[in-house]
Order: sequence, then structure tokens, then C-alpha cells
Amino acid sequence: MRNTLHPALTITASIIFIILIAPLFIILGAAVSDTNYLTFPPQGFTMRWFSNIFEISAFRTTAITSLQIAFFGTFLALLIGIPAAYALNRFRIRLPSWLSNVFVLPILVPEIVLGFSLMKSVTIGLNLPVFTTLLLGHALLVLPYAVRVVGASLASFDFSIEEAAISLGCPPLKAFLTVVLPNISAGVIAAFILAFITSINDVSISLFLTGPGISTLPIQILAHMEQFFDPTIASVSVLLMLLTVGVMAIVEATLGLTFLTK
Amino acid sequence: MIKRLSPWILAGPASLLVLVFLILPVGSTLIATFTDAKGWAAPYAAFFNSGFRRTVLYRTIEISLITTIISVVLGFIAAYVVAQMPARLKSIMIIAAVFPLLTGVVVRSFAWLILLGKNGILNTALLSVGFISEPISMLYTEGAVIAAMVYLFVPLMILTLAGVLEGIPKDVVEAATSLGATPFAVFRQVILPLAMPGLIVGAVLVFTGSFTSYATPQLLGGERQMMMGTLLYQRAMVTFDWTGASTVAAIMVVVTILIVVLMTRLARRLNPMAG
Repeated sequence: MRNTLHPALTITASIIFIILIAPLFIILGAAVSDTNYLTFPPQGFTMRWFSNIFEISAFRTTAITSLQIAFFGTFLALLIGIPAAYALNRFRIRLPSWLSNVFVLPILVPEIVLGFSLMKSVTIGLNLPVFTTLLLGHALLVLPYAVRVVGASLASFDFSIEEAAISLGCPPLKAFLTVVLPNISAGVIAAFILAFITSINDVSISLFLTGPGISTLPIQILAHMEQFFDPTIASVSVLLMLLTVGVMAIVEATLGLTFLTK
Repeated sequence: MIKRLSPWILAGPASLLVLVFLILPVGSTLIATFTDAKGWAAPYAAFFNSGFRRTVLYRTIEISLITTIISVVLGFIAAYVVAQMPARLKSIMIIAAVFPLLTGVVVRSFAWLILLGKNGILNTALLSVGFISEPISMLYTEGAVIAAMVYLFVPLMILTLAGVLEGIPKDVVEAATSLGATPFAVFRQVILPLAMPGLIVGAVLVFTGSFTSYATPQLLGGERQMMMGTLLYQRAMVTFDWTGASTVAAIMVVVTILIVVLMTRLARRLNPMAG
């Protein structure tokens, strides 16, 4: 689609894109302001709010918990999600058609409802440890990425290649690992990245699943903001944005950023 | 035997996770609202008899609707321009949309806290031009929540629509133009109908996302602009009224599923590409 653009449209769009990016630079400015309150434009320049993050141990411990949960939750989701995606594509006729809808439920059910229900039924009901429930909650949250993104890759995979390997005597598991998996690696990487970033940023599920001594970084940030209105949060936000930059660099290097518009 | 069961063995663990940790817990939350000691519909009567909770529900619907409308309009304009841009500019614009999208909700809502706060940039600017004589409080208003939510969802709308608009073959637009259609007629009669399914999908994502949000109304709306998400948290963790919280949860689930089902039907019916 290509036709001439009215200047008013181009100007409006430019303003929209500037407004999308500007607030993130404002955070950067507020993070280095030499004041005890949040302000922009920054007054003076200091790095003390960055060093302050490391003096508050809660930020360190919750950041570690967040990374652990995001990594293992994503890993678990892929571990069980890839076989499910494989089964849904490979044995479509032998599985009921509603099964693929089951894996959409974590997107359909509001996150905050899932978090609340998990707290009620699992943390309290089943008396599972807080960390375990948090991990399972996050694995559920990102399971749709594993099933659907990997599933999209499998949909364009020619299963006769795998059958050729098996009929030539290759054991099924080895055929999957050496024939199928290399062909869907782009989908697996995409699923991993989307799942990881979703888990790291999650608030609504973690909200109910934190317990004594265990919390995630976004929840800690919210808690800190309720008591203090100093630039520490701005500097934590800057670090999180650096993480986003890193993730985008990985996406660009492995898949190209345009894959996100598909 | 193994061969016949293998699809189930492969799909089993993931299905089991969804069943045990989603269907059963959420199901029990929903059932709890119908098995109350005071009667089967008592929790809903309590919800709708409370003027405060009714206000929260109406406010949530209102904020979500306004957010959706603004996000659709702004997202459409931006995506339309993105789709026409040469490759280099296009990728810069896509980065500008993806970056905020991958940055967490907390960080993005926090940016608006700095923007709208007492020492925020908006107050500073208004003070310096003499528009106001002392800082005004812009936080904890409906406008603050809507502004932050629109900011949250516009990138999603842009990315959803950019793909759809790029997929519209340029011959179709050229054919309409060469047959004498004005640019507005091309938009009304060619582009809009072809983009409608994507537009509806995006709008559903924005509406359900706003309707069930927590962090943004918590940070920018506070107690004064309580929404369904913050009400659910307050009922569950502050007053420990689990039945009340479950009722809020059930209303959220019903509204979300209703919107998704109705709108996907509509999108399918409006899709000119489908049979």
C-alpha cells in the first residue's frame, strides 16, 4: 500500500512517535537530578540515585527473584509448550479441536483474576511455597507464547522431512531434536524473548503471589513508590530500560525487529 | 497403543498445567460467588447495591472506552503513516513503538507520574509561561489515568495495524484512485473496511487490557479513581473480603469473555477477504 500522505497526517504521526519516546527520556533526566524529589528538567547532575539502588537490599533480592522466575518460568513453559505445539500441528486430526483453545485461556482470563485465584487456591489452599506458586503462575502466563509462536513455526514445517528421518531408522526423539528443532529455532527464540520480557514486567499475577521475603522487582518498585518519591525509582527504571535495549538488540540480531509487526 | 496415545502424552503436561493451575482455581473463584451462605446471588446484590462499587464499575467502563477510542484513532494515524514510509524511516518508527511496548507497565506509568506531578514537567511549563500561578494537582484524576493508559496501548495498536495496513495491496488503492475516488472515499470505502478486522482485534486488546489493569490506575488514579483492578486488590488484601473480591473477579471475567467473543464474531463477519 503506497499513496501520497497529507502533511497533516505526517505531522500528527510524528508527534505521536515523539510522545511515545519522550517520557522515557524524562525518566532518564529525573534519574540524574540532584534533588530529593522527582523533577524534570533535572537540577544538577548526580549518580547517587544509581548507587542508592544497590544500598537498598530489597531491590537486589527482588531483581534476582524476578530473573529466576522469568528464566525458569519461561524454560518450563517451553519445555511443556513445545511438545504441545508439536502435537497440535502433527496430530491435528487425532486431537479434539477445542484443545488449542485451552492454551489461549491464560490470555483470555484477566491476569489479576488468575493471580487472585492462584493465591486463594494454591498458595493458601494447597499450601504450596510462595516461590513455587509464583513460578507456576508465570509459566502459565507465558505458556501461550510457547504454544502459539512455536506453533506458527511448526505450521510451515514440512513433516515429511521428519518422517523420512524416522523411516530411515532415526529414533523419534532424535529426529525431533536434530530435524524438527533446528527448523523451528526462530520460533523458539521469539517465544523465549516474548515470554521472558512478559514475565519480567508482570505486575498483576505477582501482586498476589508475593510472600514473606519473596517479591518481584515490579512489585518492589510499586511498594517503594508508595513510601518514597525520590529519584531512586527513576534510576531503577533506567536500568530496566537498558534491559529492554538489550532485548531489542537480541531480537534485531536473531529475527529482525519487523517480525514483531507480524 | 503408545502410538495412539502419543498426541496426548505430548500435549498432556501443558494441558494439565492449565487445568490444575488455571481452570480449577479460577473456576473455584467463580463458583464461590454463587455458593455464598446468604443466598446464591447475594454477592452480586451486594456489589450492585453498593453505590461505591457501582461507580467503580461505571468508571472502569468509561475509562476503558475512552482509552480504546483515543488509542484506535491515534494508532490508526500512526500505523497508516508507518505503512507508507520508506524502509529506513519505517524501521525507526517501529523501534519507537516496540521500545515502550517492551518496557514494563510500571516504568511507563511511572513516567506519567513525573510528567503530571507537582514538580512535573507539565506544571513547570505551565508555570513558566504564566498560565497558572501555582502548581496544580493533575494526578489522581480520570484524565491522568486515561493519558497513561493511552500511552500504554497506542504502541500495541500501531504494531497490530501496521501489519494489516501493509498487507493491503497497493493496486486496490490505485484502482480506486484511478477510477476517480477522492482520498477520503478511498479511506472510507477501501482502506477502512480492509483494516476493520485488525482494528477490532486491536480495540479488543485495548479495552480488555484497560478494563483489567492494575498498575496504572493504582499509580495515577489512587483511591480517588479506583477501578475494577484496584478494587479487586483492595477487597482481597486490605479488607480480606474474599467473596467481594471474587465477585469483582467474576464480573471482570464475564465482561472480558463477552467482549472477546462478540467482537471476534463481528470481525469475522466484517472481513471482506473471508468467504
